[in-house]
Amino acid sequence: MSSALRIRGVRDLPREEFFAPGHGLCAGCTASTIIRHLLKVSGKDTIIVNATGCVEVSTTMYPYTSWRTPWLHVAFENAAAAASGVEAALKAMARKGLVDPERRINIIVLAGDGGTYDIGFQALSGMLERGHRVMYVLYDNEAYMNTGIQRSGSTPLHAWTTTTPIGKVLRGKIQFKKPIAEIVAAHRIPYVATANIAYPIDMDQKFLKGLQVDGPSFIHVLQPCPTGWRFDPRYGIKAGKLAVETAMWINWEIIMGDFKVTTRVPKRKHVKHYLTIQGRFRGLTDEEIEEIQRLVDREVERINNMVGEEVIGPLTD
Amino acid sequence: MESMLESRARQVRVLLNSNYAVAYAARDADVDVVAAYPITPQTGVVEKLSEMIANGELDAEMIHVESEHSALSAIIGASAVGARVFTATSSQGLEFMHELLHIASGMRLPLVMSVATRALSAPINIWNDYSDLMNVRDSSWITLIASTAQEVYDSIIEAFMVSEDPRVLLPSIVAYDGFWMSHTYEPLYIPEDRRVVSKILPRRPRYVLDPDNPITIGSLVNPDWYYEIKYQQVEAMKEAYRVIREADTKIKYYLGRAYEPIESYMAEDSEILVLTYGGAYETLQSAVDMMRSEGLRVGALKLRLWRPFPVEDLKSKVGDAENLIVVDRAISYGASIEGPAALEVIAAFYKGKSCPTISSFIAGIGGRPVSEEDFKGIVKKALKLGDKALKMGSIHWGVRGASYE
Repeated sequence: MSSALRIRGVRDLPREEFFAPGHGLCAGCTASTIIRHLLKVSGKDTIIVNATGCVEVSTTMYPYTSWRTPWLHVAFENAAAAASGVEAALKAMARKGLVDPERRINIIVLAGDGGTYDIGFQALSGMLERGHRVMYVLYDNEAYMNTGIQRSGSTPLHAWTTTTPIGKVLRGKIQFKKPIAEIVAAHRIPYVATANIAYPIDMDQKFLKGLQVDGPSFIHVLQPCPTGWRFDPRYGIKAGKLAVETAMWINWEIIMGDFKVTTRVPKRKHVKHYLTIQGRFRGLTDEEIEEIQRLVDREVERINNMVGEEVIGPLTD
Repeated sequence: MESMLESRARQVRVLLNSNYAVAYAARDADVDVVAAYPITPQTGVVEKLSEMIANGELDAEMIHVESEHSALSAIIGASAVGARVFTATSSQGLEFMHELLHIASGMRLPLVMSVATRALSAPINIWNDYSDLMNVRDSSWITLIASTAQEVYDSIIEAFMVSEDPRVLLPSIVAYDGFWMSHTYEPLYIPEDRRVVSKILPRRPRYVLDPDNPITIGSLVNPDWYYEIKYQQVEAMKEAYRVIREADTKIKYYLGRAYEPIESYMAEDSEILVLTYGGAYETLQSAVDMMRSEGLRVGALKLRLWRPFPVEDLKSKVGDAENLIVVDRAISYGASIEGPAALEVIAAFYKGKSCPTISSFIAGIGGRPVSEEDFKGIVKKALKLGDKALKMGSIHWGVRGASYE
C-alpha cells in the first residue's frame, strides 16, 4: 500500500495482482473478488492471517498457493490472536533491529462469519481490547459454508441452512443476525465499517482507511454465496446490490466514534426483491416475508435517527 | 547433576523459586514476545516477566491474552514472523492449548513453554501431579522434566538451543512440579553477564513470513502429502535426541553443569533401582541414602528427557539391576499399565537381552506428598510382590480403598 494511494474509481487501483488465479473457490464466489481488491489496496507489504474457512481451504491446496503475500493459517477460532502475535513480534523485532523499523507491514486477518461471530469471537474481542494494529476483514456469507451450509450467528432470520431447515414447525433460522460490527464498535476502536462487494470503490476506500489507522480496524464485508444462498453463480453482485437497495444491508463506517452511512438509498425496495432471488428463502410465506420487512423498517428508522437525516429512504417498490 | 564451579561463564548465586528461575532464563534468552495467561501455580512466571519488561530489564512484547488458547496462538503467530517466543502454563491451561500444541509442532515452530505441572479437573485441584503433562505427550513437543530450580533455568536455555536448531525445529516444554518447585526457593547459579547466553543461543535464520520472500504457512494438505509431512516430524523428533546431547555438552562447557537424559544416583552397583521424574527425585535420593544405611543396594534414576524417550540411556543406566520400580505421578486411565512412564520403560525393555523385574507405582496424585517413607514403602512392596507386581497393573500408592494383596 502506497501512502499516496487515493481511490476514486477502479482506475486508481494498482494493476498488480497479489491473489493468483487457479484456486478452488466455487464458481461465482465473491470472496475471491473481495480478496483481489483487498490485496490491491494493501499491496506487497502485507501479512495475511487467515482463519479456517472456505478461503483458507480453497486457496492453499498443498503444494499450491494463491497467495503472493506472506500468509498464515493457524486454526479456526484464533486468527485474531495469531495476528496479535504477528504484530507484537514485528514491534519487538523492529526495536531490536531484527526487522526494518521504518517499514510498515499491514497485518490483515481474513475470517468468515463462523470464525468471527461464533468460535473466534473471544480472540477477536481480546485483540480489539489490547489495541493491536491489525485490520480484521470479515467476509460474511451468513453460514458455515465450508462445512456445507450450517447456521451461524450471522445467518439471518428465516434463512434455510442444513441445520435450520424450513419445516412445518421451525421456519428456517428462528433467531436474528447478530449485529457484529456494532459489537466490535463498542470496543471503541479507531475504525469500523460495513462494506459490500457490489460497491467495490466504497469497500476499497474502507480497506484503505482501515489500514491507515493506528490501532485495530474492522471491515465487515457482505459476501454473497451462490452455493449457500442458492442463486445462480452470475448473480453475486446483483445479490449484493439488492441487499443494499432493500436495506437488508447498510454500508456505514465509524471513524473515531463518528457514525456515517456511506451508501445512501433514496428509494428503498421491498425485501422480497432480495429474498426471492435466493433459494435459501424459498418457501417462506408472505407473512414471514412481511415479518422480515418490518424488521428492516425498524432498523432503517433506527439508522436514520442515529444519523439525524433520512439517509435510507422510504419503501417505494 | 554434578556441579562444576570452574566454568567458562562467571556466575552469580541467586535464590529463586522455579517459576522465577523460568522467568530469568526467558530473560537471559532475550525472548521477543511473551504471551501468557494467569493460572495457578504458573502465575509467578508471567508476573516476573511482566515486571522485567516493565523495568526495561527485558526488551520484549508481553501480550496479555484473554486465554491460554490465545496465548499459544499468539506466540505461533509471533514465531511465524521470526521472533523468539515464550509462554508458560499449567493444567487446564495446557489442556485448553491442546489443539494448538499439535499445530505448533506441525508448523515446525521453535516455541518454548514452561509447565508448572498440576492435577486436572474434575474435581478441581490446584496441586501437583503430572496428569497435565502426560496428556500432551503425543503432541510432538520435546519435553524435559526438571527436578531443581537450577535445572529449570538451564533447561529453558537448552530448550531454545534444541528447538531452534535447524535439524529439529520442534517446540519444547520444560516441566517441573507445581508448588513443590514453583513456589519453593532454592539457591542456583545464573550467568553474571547475559551475553554468554546469547553466545549459546545465536539467532538462526529459518523460513518466516516475510513480504520480500512470501511463503504460505498452514496450508491444506490432503492424503497424498499429509503422511510424508508428518513423517518428517517423526524424524525430527528422533534427530532431536542427538541435538539435545550436543546441547548438554554446550551447557556443561559454558555453564558448568552436566545433564543426561536419564540421571542417576547410587545406581552403579544397585540391585534395585527406583525411577521417577520431577521434584520427587530429590526426595527419592534421600530415601536411597536411608535405605542404603539399612543395607539395601538401592539406587535412584530420574527421567529428565521425556520426549524423545531415551531408550538406550535407560538401558545402560539400569545395567544389571534386578529390580526396576517406576514411580509415576499421573494416571493413564484404562491403560494396561496405568503409569505413563512405566509403559515406556516396559516397551524399552521388551525382548531385550536382559530385562529387570519391573513394577509400576503411581503416587502423589492431586498434590498428595510423596515422602522418603513412601519410597521406602514402595520398594518394600515391590520386593515382596516381585514378578507379581506388574500382573496387577499399576499399584496406586497411598490411596484409600485400593487393595493389592
